[in-house]
Amino acid sequence: MVSLQSYLIVTAILFSLGLYNIFTRNNSIGILMGVELILNAASINMVAFAHFNGNDIAGNIFSLFLIVLAASEAAVALAIVVSIYRQFHTIEASEATTLKG
Amino acid sequence: MLPLPEIKDLVFLGIAGFTLVSAAIVSFSRSIVYSGFALLGSFAGAVGLFVLLSSDFVAATQLLIYVGGILVLILFAIMLTSKIGDVKLTNLSVNRKIGIPIITLFTLFLLSTLAKGTWLVVEKEEYRSMVKPIGDALLSKYLLPFEVVSIVLLGALVGAIVLIKREVK
Repeated sequence: MVSLQSYLIVTAILFSLGLYNIFTRNNSIGILMGVELILNAASINMVAFAHFNGNDIAGNIFSLFLIVLAASEAAVALAIVVSIYRQFHTIEASEATTLKG
Repeated sequence: MLPLPEIKDLVFLGIAGFTLVSAAIVSFSRSIVYSGFALLGSFAGAVGLFVLLSSDFVAATQLLIYVGGILVLILFAIMLTSKIGDVKLTNLSVNRKIGIPIITLFTLFLLSTLAKGTWLVVEKEEYRSMVKPIGDALLSKYLLPFEVVSIVLLGALVGAIVLIKREVK
């Protein structure tokens, strides 16, 4: 009864919520949370495809790579947020208007 | 008479609903602290979905890296939010009038595409542990991407340290 499509629908909604977050947030960390939601949706999608393809290995490996890339993305993005905070004393995305202060 | 739902369907519905409700709180809450803790629920729901998809190793990795690492990083960064005591002001939404229609249309498009498509499903075998096949594949077929991703991770960590250490006059 639980088919591939039910997982795909769940991840589509998860992806859209993340995209909405990226579109409308003004707080940099809020935007980052949206990115994490999108990456999560993608990795659930890959594992779902792998599972309904006879427990394929490649989908699992891809989702592992995705998790590693999400970790490095979070580290770099938070470092950028910290240096923006030092420069502008705020982390609102609309306040950071110049690359070199 | 409708067929009775199996226990697996109920578990799936529960976990999926939990994940989506947490993600909705992340997206719509006006306090960034609430968003951060709802993100924890969303990640934990993803762990449940991985377990349902009989992918134990990915579930464990998700639990370790997302819940243990990334979420702690994000909660740490939330402390940077100015006016954090003022719960209503920390996570404002801008451009809501434009954003909601675009996202609604996009979601409907995605869902209709998913409903129309035909998906080839291979008959799956019984549950087996994925740890050993994943380890074998990582060290044979996917050895080069595995090494490359470790270099990417090293570069990202060094880059993060360099960015943080830079002095601002």
